[in-house]
Amino acid sequence: MAYDKFTVLKSTAVPMPIENVDTDQIIPARFLKATERKGFGDNLFRDWRFENDGTPKKDFVLNNPIYTGKILVGGKNFGSGSSREHAAWAIYDYGFRCVVSSFFADIFKNNSLNIGILPVQVSEAFLDKIFKAIEANPKTELEVNLPEQKITIVGDGASESFEINGYKKHNMTNGYDDIDFLQSLKSDIKTFSEKSIY
Amino acid sequence: MSKTPAALFDKVWDSHVVRHIEDGPDVLFIDRHFIHEVTSPVAFLGLESRGLKVMFPEKTFATADHNTPTINQHLPVEDPLSANQLKALESNSAKYGISHWGLGNPKNGIVHVVGPENGITLPGMTIVCGDSHTSTHGAFGAIAFGIGTSEVEMVLSSQCIMQPRPKKMRINVNGKLGKGIVPKDVVLYIISKLTAAGATGYFVEFAGDVFENMTMEGRMTVCNMSIEMGARGGMVAPDETTFNYIKGREKAPKGEAWDKALAYWKTLKTEEGAFFDKEYEFNGADIEPMITYGTNPGMGIGITKHIPTAAQIGSSKATYDKSLAYMDFHEDDTMIGKKIDYVFIGSCTNGRIEDFRAFASVIKGRKKADHVTAWIVPGSHIVEQQIKEEGILDILLAAGFQLRQPGCSACLAMNDDKIPAGKYAVSTSNRNFEGRQGPGARTLLASPLVAAAAAVTGFVTDPRELI
Repeated sequence: MAYDKFTVLKSTAVPMPIENVDTDQIIPARFLKATERKGFGDNLFRDWRFENDGTPKKDFVLNNPIYTGKILVGGKNFGSGSSREHAAWAIYDYGFRCVVSSFFADIFKNNSLNIGILPVQVSEAFLDKIFKAIEANPKTELEVNLPEQKITIVGDGASESFEINGYKKHNMTNGYDDIDFLQSLKSDIKTFSEKSIY
Repeated sequence: MSKTPAALFDKVWDSHVVRHIEDGPDVLFIDRHFIHEVTSPVAFLGLESRGLKVMFPEKTFATADHNTPTINQHLPVEDPLSANQLKALESNSAKYGISHWGLGNPKNGIVHVVGPENGITLPGMTIVCGDSHTSTHGAFGAIAFGIGTSEVEMVLSSQCIMQPRPKKMRINVNGKLGKGIVPKDVVLYIISKLTAAGATGYFVEFAGDVFENMTMEGRMTVCNMSIEMGARGGMVAPDETTFNYIKGREKAPKGEAWDKALAYWKTLKTEEGAFFDKEYEFNGADIEPMITYGTNPGMGIGITKHIPTAAQIGSSKATYDKSLAYMDFHEDDTMIGKKIDYVFIGSCTNGRIEDFRAFASVIKGRKKADHVTAWIVPGSHIVEQQIKEEGILDILLAAGFQLRQPGCSACLAMNDDKIPAGKYAVSTSNRNFEGRQGPGARTLLASPLVAAAAAVTGFVTDPRELI
């Protein structure tokens, strides 16, 4: 599925300083019953965000109008657990384009990159600095520069570089996906398959 | 120049790389692809919108499991959304020529149970599925891991996915396991030591005599939960136990093909001196029956121990407090004697015949506690049949239990098998996340023996007192 190209994103951010945010929290299993990819943002963090009757929980960060933006900042080990890509879809559909954490679960990271969300892994110290900056001023902006692989706390000026492999970076900046690339390898794949014993 | 000693993981991975991309992932050929009703429909929609076909339909296998009811499977599925997903799986499979074991099919069951029991899962393969517990198949010496829906679409359309090569970890457990210690305890113990993120970025090989002496069912339980310490997958080198398990199964190679495959499989071992990025050693004799007290699988302790502090488990205080508040437990509580409401035995972790034998060994001659609701859910129809043939059903019925029909059930509570808010469930499944077994449900992960002890006493109980 096509997604928006990602180059430089400057935005305020939503802080969620909880560790081990698993994909069951991001989107509970009972909301995985669709056969199309739409509307998942409505149920993003469903059980943290809403009471059983659908009333918003006042103390949850997404219900606090002070915090807005296209960047979600989470505690370490973000996206653990189930492989459901629906978690990444829900985050994207809600309006986030980037998730910042000091550590990501592998499958969530792959899923995010495949649908156009940039996972930015920073040091524990820098993550702490971001949380403190947002706590002091909720209007703090972050600038995520993919071509330069750099994240900056705007105003404060503190920055850190982040890792991404060259292939994925090229895909993200151009809005390409792996399926297009794999289609171009089909004759190699066919030849390869002929030597398989399975 | 001498050759660098290779690990089991390297041998399997390297033999599947179609192309290595400089500063990028490997293009990995996939031998087996399992699909189910929840994570495949959008992948098929993607194929349609691009006008692509399934490249090797004979390498993909569909089974319905996540969303299926566990009672009255002969009746139409009541929930229209679930019914719609099941229908989509059936029609997509038919359209593209993919084998489909839907509801009611005698081969139907949980994808990670039916793959191995029908001989679809074999050593040395690469195996993927849109489900994180695909790591289960690593028990056969395969590289098996969970993928997202975009990757399901990749495999359908090209039989390949693009993966960065993970780092390698070896976890050695040697020594004699005590009485009442089963594979689930071994893996919960390892996860409690490594934490829920301790193996993120790694592919794990489980080595040592504890795994060598395990049955295939036990190895599957261990590899199943490798994802719960963050690992992409886990694997055990194939040996005689593996070959004996596979031989004669429906889709396993036969005759000359068997001999040829067997000769290859026997080479699938880690060589002396192979490099691992990280290595751990544990002593099997240190392992107690395990139980979790928190909201991630790393929050587990020996059943006789007290709940540790945030500092002892390396958690932030805020995260730890949130977790214990959800469970309504407190630091230093003892787990023994906590009252429980539900027991769930089943799932891709502990839904195989050996698990029901273990459960039955404890409940035989005893009665289910009156206040406990128990859901006994076989992993497949084949397991269900074995339960009946071995007389386990009679033991269950005599003790006041009922047997349900196969499916993922209360492990993720997508169907009606939901633990009510605030209730405590001792569960043989794999995740104790908030709301995993139903909104507000509180999960205590444990082995089938611990689940059985809780089912008959109604409280968290050391199963060693009952066996």
